[in-house]
Amino acid sequence: MAETMAPLRKTALNAVHRAAKSKMVDFGGWDMPVDCCGLIAEHMAVRTAVGVFDVSHMGDIQLRGPGSLAAVQQLCMNDASKLAVRQAHYSAMLHPNGTFVDDVVVHKLSDNDYLIVINAGTREKDVQWVRKQIGHMPGVHVNDFSDYYTQLAIQGPRAAETLQKLTSTDLSTIKNYWFTWGQVCGLHNVMIARTGYTGEDGFEIYIPSDEPTSARVWGEVLEAGSEFGILACGLGARNTLRLEAGMALYGHEISDTINVFEAGLGRYAKLDKGEFVGREALAKIQAEGGPGRKLVGLEMIERGIGRDGYTVFSLEGKRLGEITSGSPAPFLKKNIAMAYVPVDFTALDTEVAVEIRGQMVKAKVVPLPFYKRAKKSA
Amino acid sequence: MAYPADYRYTKEHEWIQVDGNIGTVGITDYAQNSLGDIVYVDLPKVGDAVEAAKTFGSVESVKAVSDLFSPVTGKVTAINEELKDAPEKINAAANTTWLLKVELADAKQIDGLLTAADYEKFTNEETGH
Repeated sequence: MAETMAPLRKTALNAVHRAAKSKMVDFGGWDMPVDCCGLIAEHMAVRTAVGVFDVSHMGDIQLRGPGSLAAVQQLCMNDASKLAVRQAHYSAMLHPNGTFVDDVVVHKLSDNDYLIVINAGTREKDVQWVRKQIGHMPGVHVNDFSDYYTQLAIQGPRAAETLQKLTSTDLSTIKNYWFTWGQVCGLHNVMIARTGYTGEDGFEIYIPSDEPTSARVWGEVLEAGSEFGILACGLGARNTLRLEAGMALYGHEISDTINVFEAGLGRYAKLDKGEFVGREALAKIQAEGGPGRKLVGLEMIERGIGRDGYTVFSLEGKRLGEITSGSPAPFLKKNIAMAYVPVDFTALDTEVAVEIRGQMVKAKVVPLPFYKRAKKSA
Repeated sequence: MAYPADYRYTKEHEWIQVDGNIGTVGITDYAQNSLGDIVYVDLPKVGDAVEAAKTFGSVESVKAVSDLFSPVTGKVTAINEELKDAPEKINAAANTTWLLKVELADAKQIDGLLTAADYEKFTNEETGH
């Protein structure tokens, strides 16, 4: 039975999650908390106050050396030459046909030093891909630092106030998708990035991955946020939060059978920056008038929840495509989904039908993202 | 958590409490805990027939959907209407939040169901404890 399977991998906080009686699941080979104290409560904490996630299963590849920028440019579709030191951006590594190896966040640590944060389930594949694509390029050294960091995501409108109690770094000076290094919980030179995967303001911090340090910082973050009602959050809330925010998840909205334009991520593909893996295919798709199908947001009109893998039909009964992610949206209090449909069915308010256990249930096309946080005037 | 000793249980995590020839059916605390926050319950109509070990509806949490299996054969005499607007009551009190009431076709079917002790043993095996 289970004994014959590869053992699940654990983050440095595994014992902490188990002691807190969080519900654990196998996520891409990792034993991760899916539900810490109730998915809806966790989701609402992040939308209205603050929540903290253990995202140490994410991978971290560092490219260093005088050839590192050229390597990042070859590997990733966004234009890393536009990044300033301490700035990050969303990007992706592509196959030559323009589909996804993985989506990533590229951080420019210094002129010859980049940190690429990758997904957990694709870690080994990504590292191999990076070495294969750019290993031969001059002046670049590739390191897999995935196991060196415990990564915590502190997310929500009170995230800055929470983390500010634990650091002397003035967090108000860090803009969205920028980062710095500072002292956090007495640890020196912690990378503090204003990034996240929830659609809220928030930070991701990268601390040493030994268990005592990880457990101590986790505890201090919970303590610091307690006055705001902070909750430890699991992957369940992480998924519903990113779904409301219309963000892609590898293996769902993006994969090696879905290209950049289909996924609606063309704005991150800089075709004029020079050569990169996948550029030629994307240029061709663009020249031929764009993709035949696109990702849309759906909102259920009739009672029912369209879930991952459910089939979407036209009202006339023609099969259109599949839901890639679907769930009740705890904050919006609607049943929402993302799905691929032919471009003729992507206009807003187009009605479609989702097959839910043998029943056709009506839904309509709505704008993505489903949820957008109010911009602060500051 | 304690499973009421006067209920009987299925391996699909429903409970039934029998009073005369009427059985009251719900899902167990183990089931609600596995599902997480329940957002939707799909139940048959009063007068519909249900059959032992066959599905009669479904219960959905934010992250999953799960079929409901009838512990017994019979006719639905009532459904818990308040679950339409407040399905989360199941999370709060699974042992007392009923889904439907069934007029039993054969009261002996109850003898084939798990006792509270058997059910607890079964769930402990499922979780590997």
